[in-house]
Amino acid sequence: MLNQLTISELTAELATRKVSAREAVQSCLDQIARVDGKIHAFISHDDADALAQAEAADKLLAQGGANAGLPLLGVPVAIKDVIAVKNQPLNCGSKILGRFVSPYDATVIEKLRAAGAIVFGRLNMDEFAMGSSTENSAFGVTHNPWDPTRIPGGSSGGSAAAVAADETIAALGSDTGGSIRQPAALCGCVGLKPTYGRVSRYGLVAFASSLDQIGTFTKNIRDAATMLSVISGPDARDSTSVPQPVPDYTATLTGDIKGLKLGLPREYMVGGLDAEVKAAVDAAVKQFEKLGAEIVEISLPHTDYAVATYYIIATAEASANLARFDGIRYGARVDGNDPIELYSKTRGAGFGAEVKRRIILGTYVLSSGYYDAYYLRAQKVRTLIRQDFLKAFENVDAIVTPTSPTAAFKIGEKADDPLQMYLSDIFTISCNLAGICGVSLPCGFTQSPKLPIGLQLLGKPFGEEILLRLGHAYEQSTPWHREKPPPDPR
Amino acid sequence: MASAEIDVKYVAHLARLALTPDEEKKLTSQLGDILGYIVKLKELEVAGVEPTAHAVPMVNVTRPDEIRPSLPHDEALRNAPARANGLFIVPKIVE
Repeated sequence: MLNQLTISELTAELATRKVSAREAVQSCLDQIARVDGKIHAFISHDDADALAQAEAADKLLAQGGANAGLPLLGVPVAIKDVIAVKNQPLNCGSKILGRFVSPYDATVIEKLRAAGAIVFGRLNMDEFAMGSSTENSAFGVTHNPWDPTRIPGGSSGGSAAAVAADETIAALGSDTGGSIRQPAALCGCVGLKPTYGRVSRYGLVAFASSLDQIGTFTKNIRDAATMLSVISGPDARDSTSVPQPVPDYTATLTGDIKGLKLGLPREYMVGGLDAEVKAAVDAAVKQFEKLGAEIVEISLPHTDYAVATYYIIATAEASANLARFDGIRYGARVDGNDPIELYSKTRGAGFGAEVKRRIILGTYVLSSGYYDAYYLRAQKVRTLIRQDFLKAFENVDAIVTPTSPTAAFKIGEKADDPLQMYLSDIFTISCNLAGICGVSLPCGFTQSPKLPIGLQLLGKPFGEEILLRLGHAYEQSTPWHREKPPPDPR
Repeated sequence: MASAEIDVKYVAHLARLALTPDEEKKLTSQLGDILGYIVKLKELEVAGVEPTAHAVPMVNVTRPDEIRPSLPHDEALRNAPARANGLFIVPKIVE
């Protein structure tokens, strides 16, 4: 079945002309029809538009387009509901955008289209990317394909579940504190968060502008490298994108990691780490050693302060970014007697509980009398956290950690305890504060129930090539990424 | 500081966010817990540490000042909740 293929497998099949892009899209749509009633990875999908794109791809394939520098020609890629796709709905998992339809394509969408991809679907997410479980969506909860009574992780839970359940070949998501890596870990796929500035964010709805980054969900590391080569690069429409050359990331996948130094932070192997997760990560570290990497214990002394720092900086930035949702220029509106009443009522009715919680916290830490005590102090601690990493990277090529302290938890388990939910991001958050890159890849399963476990590799700023090379070599020598969830989720 | 409490009603006004009395009550207690946690940043000595606003700082990013295609007027208004004559309609601001 074509929907089960990786990007490299599908493009090879398409190049032989034995199968068509139309059949590839149809096989994803059939899988959605079969399983998405249980998984609910998609908020919506425009089948006619996807099939029309497929027909255009088939015409190019007939002309030999696959060999003409179109690395994703005919490949279906589904999109998190926080990235603008022209003439498609954009809701960010929220009620407040009403019946918003994007008037333009995000830069990453332009790049995917230019590479021949078939861009389809709106993937479910925690409202405005705020959450770790995809329970905070106005469009309902997404379920984990490995066990539908459990969460898929978040905030890009729809992206991770759709790739894991073979409803798409690949997907885009966004990562502000772990929102790509954590759901990828809990659903058993590969999630890549590029370095801050590597990928343009034009057309990504902003949550926390100094932390947000677009990244990819794929079935293996090679596909992540292919996708990253397509979506990276500077963009005049995003002044934070960095004019750093974009290599062919697949060229780095040599399988040879001999002599690379991997740092194991001692602060990440403590309290709250599930025993099965720890065992799987320990085994992965041994595997890297077997492949010729050198393991070095390192210290990231400010790790314990990352979650607190994050929830000050991210909420402060969110409270400013989300001020634009006021019922004036787009989205839903609740009328009032004056503009202030209109704003308040619109926002009170349109935002969900988690978004309100973060707007209030963010407004508070920026408010008069508290700015220095919270926001400015957090920015200083952020410097210390970033210095920890830069210092560690003087001695190691990459850092290896668990992605999440536990496997997927039950739906509802942490819904009423926001602080516990925040602490589940403890291993992923520092990466965004430091602005470095990270990838999560499958490294094993819990016994009963069988749930995926994710391994996180963290790299230097613009050090994606080394992460991908390490991940690829590991993947070549282990079976985890080939495992599939049960075919009929119950 | 551990007993810090947010005046949710006041902050909600700053944020232009209408809350029900139930929401106010719940937020006061939840945010009290979260503040009790983030107060741990006070343990650290940060005198002399420069704040980080962006991890990969880019300064004075400019582009040539040239006219380029932009969103057509109709497209920019397409998602407006209320519009007329090519304008957004808002409640009366000045008496």
